[in-house]
Amino acid sequence: MSRKPYQRRKYWNEPTMGGWERFYLFEIVRGLSITGRVFLRNMGKWLTGRKGALTAYYPEEIRKDYAAHNRGKHILTQRPDGRPQCIACNMCATVCPAQCIEIEAGFDPEDAAHPKYPSRFEIDYSRCVFCGFCVEACPEDAIRMVKITPDLPSGDRHDMWFRRDELLGWHPQRDVAKPYPPKPDGKAGGNP
Amino acid sequence: MKQDLVIHGIYIAFAIGLLMTFGLILTWVERKQAAVMSDRIGANRAYLRIPFTQVKLVWWGLFHGLADGMKMLLKEDFRAASYDRVAYALGPWVVFAPVLLVFAVIPFGGQLVPAQLVDSPELAAWFGDRTYRMQIADLDAGLLVIFAFGGVTVIGSMLAGWSSNNKFSMLGAIRSASQMISYELVMGLTVLGRILIYGTVDLTEIVQQQSGVIAGFLPAWGLFLQPFAAVLFMTAAQAENRRIPFDLPEAESELIAGYFTEYSAMKMGLFMFAEFIEIAIIAALFVTLFLGGYNLPYMSDAGFTLPGGHFIALSHGTVVLLQVLTFLVKVFLMCSFQILVRWSLPRFRYDQLLRFAWKFMLPLAIANLIVTVVAVWAIRGAGA
Repeated sequence: MSRKPYQRRKYWNEPTMGGWERFYLFEIVRGLSITGRVFLRNMGKWLTGRKGALTAYYPEEIRKDYAAHNRGKHILTQRPDGRPQCIACNMCATVCPAQCIEIEAGFDPEDAAHPKYPSRFEIDYSRCVFCGFCVEACPEDAIRMVKITPDLPSGDRHDMWFRRDELLGWHPQRDVAKPYPPKPDGKAGGNP
Repeated sequence: MKQDLVIHGIYIAFAIGLLMTFGLILTWVERKQAAVMSDRIGANRAYLRIPFTQVKLVWWGLFHGLADGMKMLLKEDFRAASYDRVAYALGPWVVFAPVLLVFAVIPFGGQLVPAQLVDSPELAAWFGDRTYRMQIADLDAGLLVIFAFGGVTVIGSMLAGWSSNNKFSMLGAIRSASQMISYELVMGLTVLGRILIYGTVDLTEIVQQQSGVIAGFLPAWGLFLQPFAAVLFMTAAQAENRRIPFDLPEAESELIAGYFTEYSAMKMGLFMFAEFIEIAIIAALFVTLFLGGYNLPYMSDAGFTLPGGHFIALSHGTVVLLQVLTFLVKVFLMCSFQILVRWSLPRFRYDQLLRFAWKFMLPLAIANLIVTVVAVWAIRGAGA
């Protein structure tokens, strides 16, 4: 019965550099030529009026590589007469793990089929985690998520709310200037 | 006498304005070039708004340097709990001042004859037949002055590191000094070869001797005479400036910020500013020693002499303008090259840094010197 002699496990890599790489000078020239080539290529693009970067300008530009099923910003679907499909059942607000949906139900005696409607429907995008639970929970298909993200960069968290009318009448083309919702103290902000 | 004062006043204003502009712009160029090299956009948000209008001058973020400067000026001037407040306050200035002084001996143009500059009889009468070299201090020992002032810089970083009362600063200062000693040697030996070839340490002389043509078509720049020395000099100069492949004195991952860890506000800004101006200084020095200074290929004080014997005459004003512009463009390109190196190569380990200096660069510099000596002896000896 023979046991294999103990061999230390080799967990390191042998140095693979040859004399050429160790001389260092030519490898530096090679590295510099690579970075210099990238620089000249991008600079040529910039100078000829094209974009020489992979970055998207954040609020001004929409990224090209969002998937069609990307969970971005919420929209409230509408009935043919333009009123929200939402029946203010609060299921989305209940399921929301970030607790960022606020709904206040209103009563409309005129509409016998849907007497309950949201008089307030607000989403706090500074809290939203874009999980899509609200869309799944909705029994009426009243809330959906669209491809484009809500671009609300701001220095103030109170600027990061979307209110009912914005969620209803949402157009990506118009979605640049947002009116500010009022702050809790009721003084600042001017949204009628 | 008055005329000399006017001319030199203009030179000094030009040099200081030039260096400050370079220092300010290079902060932006560095960020922007790094961004372009890595497929990014880079700093592009700071703008100047023209007062009383909504016109915003963005200019590709060119004002970021200005914004940085403002920030530095307005920050709290923190003082370290140090025993030596004088040395602590002196440190940044000792780093900053020599960097500016070095430019005094670098020629940024050829001969200036103010009387011929513009077509004005009064000016011509006032200046007479005076000629000036476009250089602030016309010293015989130009190259030695550069090395002398270059060596003073490290005293500033030593002072800063020692008086900060901080281990990181101390380590940074010690590293800075040892690095300085190692690479100053290499740099000196490299430049010795240049001195041997030109037989002078006067920078104007050196540049004038580079204005000819060798082998019929190649401009007689130092780069073509001694390409090897050029590489060595550039490497050593970058090490002197403590920029990234050699930035051990301020290695962020090890020493926070090295010898200026305890500095804040504009004192820290002075260190950064000195570093950026030194990029321009190194570029100017390299241009002077190896790229023919203000010389364009085939250009003399009278005009262009193309290799085919074709001659294009230029007026004195055009020549002066061309020379100054050539110098600036060359300096800017060399600055850009240094930034390319800084964003391409990884940092050395400390032992690698010193081994690289003493076991690799120094033998190469000595070999370069010996080859130069033999070549000069062979050529001059044969001639004499």
